[in-house]
Amino acid sequence: MHNLQTVVELSRWQFAATALYHFLFVPLTLGLTFLLAAMETVYVTTGRQIYKDMARFWGKLFGINFALGVATGLTMEFQFGTNWAQYSRFVGDVFGAPLAIEGLMAFFLESTFVGLMFFGWDRMSRGKHLLVTYMVALGSNLSALWILIANGFMQSPHGAVFDPATMRMQLTSFTDLMFNRDAQAKFVHTSIAGYVTAAVFVAGVSGWYMLRNRHMELAKRSFRMAVLFGVFASIGVISLGDALGFIDGRAQPAKLVAMEAMWRTRTPPAGFNVIAFPSQKQQRNLYALKIPKLLTPLVTRTMDTAIPGADAVERRAMVRMRNGIPAVLALKTLSADPTNQAALAQFTAHEKDMGYALLLERYAPDLNAATPADYKRAARDVIPNVAVIFWSFRIMVLAGFAMLFFLGLGTFCSLNNKVQDRRWLLRLAPWFIPVPYIACEAGWLVAEMGRQPWTVYGVLPTWMSASTQSVGYMVFSLTGFVLIYSAFIAVEAYLMIKFIRKGPDDAAVPALAH
Amino acid sequence: MELYAILKVIWWLLLGVLLIGLAVMVGMDMGIGAALRYFGRTDSERRAVLNMIGPHWDGNQVWFILGGGAIFAAWPTIYATAFSGLYVVMLLLLWSMIIRPLGFEYRSKLPSPSWRSLWDWGLFVSGLLPMVIFGAAIGNMLLGVPFHFDWKLDSWYTGSFISLFNPFAILCGLMSLSLALYQGSAMVMSRGEGVVRERARRLGTWAGPVALVLFTVGGLWVARLPGYVVTAGDDPAGPAMPLHKTVEMVTGAWLHNFSAHPVLWLVPALAYVSLLLGAWSLRRGWSHFAWWLGALGWIGTIGTVGAAMFPFMMPSSSDPSQSLTVWDSSSSQLTLLWMLGWTIVFVPIVLVYTSWAFWIMRGKVTPAQVEGDDHAY
Repeated sequence: MHNLQTVVELSRWQFAATALYHFLFVPLTLGLTFLLAAMETVYVTTGRQIYKDMARFWGKLFGINFALGVATGLTMEFQFGTNWAQYSRFVGDVFGAPLAIEGLMAFFLESTFVGLMFFGWDRMSRGKHLLVTYMVALGSNLSALWILIANGFMQSPHGAVFDPATMRMQLTSFTDLMFNRDAQAKFVHTSIAGYVTAAVFVAGVSGWYMLRNRHMELAKRSFRMAVLFGVFASIGVISLGDALGFIDGRAQPAKLVAMEAMWRTRTPPAGFNVIAFPSQKQQRNLYALKIPKLLTPLVTRTMDTAIPGADAVERRAMVRMRNGIPAVLALKTLSADPTNQAALAQFTAHEKDMGYALLLERYAPDLNAATPADYKRAARDVIPNVAVIFWSFRIMVLAGFAMLFFLGLGTFCSLNNKVQDRRWLLRLAPWFIPVPYIACEAGWLVAEMGRQPWTVYGVLPTWMSASTQSVGYMVFSLTGFVLIYSAFIAVEAYLMIKFIRKGPDDAAVPALAH
Repeated sequence: MELYAILKVIWWLLLGVLLIGLAVMVGMDMGIGAALRYFGRTDSERRAVLNMIGPHWDGNQVWFILGGGAIFAAWPTIYATAFSGLYVVMLLLLWSMIIRPLGFEYRSKLPSPSWRSLWDWGLFVSGLLPMVIFGAAIGNMLLGVPFHFDWKLDSWYTGSFISLFNPFAILCGLMSLSLALYQGSAMVMSRGEGVVRERARRLGTWAGPVALVLFTVGGLWVARLPGYVVTAGDDPAGPAMPLHKTVEMVTGAWLHNFSAHPVLWLVPALAYVSLLLGAWSLRRGWSHFAWWLGALGWIGTIGTVGAAMFPFMMPSSSDPSQSLTVWDSSSSQLTLLWMLGWTIVFVPIVLVYTSWAFWIMRGKVTPAQVEGDDHAY
């Protein structure tokens, strides 16, 4: 059975589930590599054994986390092809390049050197091993760069145009693709979010040790390094997040609508919704707690720029749908006869709005016969799920500031060398470990659910991006992923907790029990 | 020849390089995984075997990931059509492959014998199944798979999942498994001692010749299979649009390239010579030499398929005229050019540090060594 919308829905669930799952392991990898490198740097420059013990102990936990990051990344690389074939064919000329470069430049580096990092302690000089550790850090962060360049193209497509001769997007400028502002800001925001994650993780585990008077020397030093690293990182992540909001607000007005639950366009300066209970159906907030005049300066950095609400975004989308129809119709002619000059001219004239006509095609397969009701339904789609995005955004921001506060406190106590006496802080520290994870996942939801209904913003709608699978296959694969991934995370969490409890003194691999 | 056509051929060759890199490096690790329970009977023997490739499996696996990325970047239509069409097979491949990282990293973290035995079986599955699927996928490309496009170039796969495991594809799968076992054995022999080394020698001297027999049977079979021939309209420098050509199926057509260019017979000959020499070298105990001969064997076998099929990459058995060829399924000229630039810069760098990593970790891995190292698998 081929039921297009069900397949698309299930494919989205599968992608979201596997990507969010993968993203549970990536941030810690991104940040912990740098902390390992920092610890080892101190060891190499001062020669103090304790820092080597630190690098080796945290390296062990890094390995447990890393394995699952590698495993779940593997399936992501192929999921575009298996589940989003039309998307892959449509943008592979552009989107595939950063993914391939990621493998070539980053994964080889990270994966080759990670083996040497674990196995090479006694096989090379200290300096060389330190270099190896830095290469792992560099590799993992470069991979974040390229994957976010790819993602940046989905968020705000630059450097490519649609070519009717091949019926797909084709690259026009590699540098535009690479230096996409959205991608660059998001790379820094995301990788630094990883540093914060690692800082909170190391501080949390170290705090737990200190509370129990275990491994004091190692825990104290680890805590201090982590919070110091983390406090700078969390300042970075917040300011880059702010910049990203500014860029996104202009590139994707519909995402901004959802982040701020802004159904109507207000005369500036508009008020900021601190709390809101948005209803997508009624297109209004059932309840909202507002701070007057705050939103406009936050988003536009001015007091008098109008911010389009959902109403304006939908109206604009309807105009573009109507204008895009001739392009889609011309395309059908061109597919059969690529040399038809009249169709080519018609296509070129309406090309920029083609994506919106495709959005309409979901409800009006015969675009010539689209009714006002079809337009209205398609226009409603342009606004992503407001409640989820509004709240994910607030959770992320709140978590960000909470971590800044915690890491700031930790730094203050650490620098006074009082941290071991601040029991309340040590007690708090392990409870903070889930916070960066929640923030990272919420951030993913804002970025990717906020991109809906597009896979490539303004160009390719999600509803026509999926593979032509049967519903049965989709149920099979989604079930399989859920089962396998649940088993894996149970094993990972068990090992992680076991090795944390065990601590650094006795981290050797146990011999086989008899 | 125009630049665009030349770039397509270069990227076709580079895809071959990637597949060979994948087959040699990942194949070696998977051969070791599949035969782990044979190479090592006791836990400490198995740990020794795992740690021979412990520092390298992750780097090696990037050949597989890069393969996916490079097909996406250079051959997006193939990436989309093949991976969505072979959906269930791809999932089985991926699900079995993701056991491997955990198998390496988690297996020896707990002392329980049943825990370790479970992961050993996991490594067996994640070594055996992917190699069979790789080979079977290539076999299915030779047969052609049933798919077609609609006017928007949405691809529709119309075959069943089970039909992908036909006898010819299984033959190809077993051949690829045998070569992987050979390659893994050569590695274990190089870095193992005593009884482990002896078992690897025994397996390797069998696996190489078995692969050759399967290769021969496959070759004879292919000569009787319907191959594909472009009869009109596939311009080498034309845009990536697979709808405007005609293709016919002709029995024995996969040998046409060989009869047109007899020099191509050197490619299958390379497979024969290197694998025969390889089996002999393993008997003599020259395992390093045998490892390199195994790599040549992969070049010979994968090269033979490429030489037979060119310019076809993914023929359609249900609508041959919509088959995907080198000329109509690549990326644009600009993308191919940029990607070539990145490749020229980075592949040599990758080869240098990969070799350095193997050099640093060179030498024998013994059970005693592994017991004493707290970072070992």
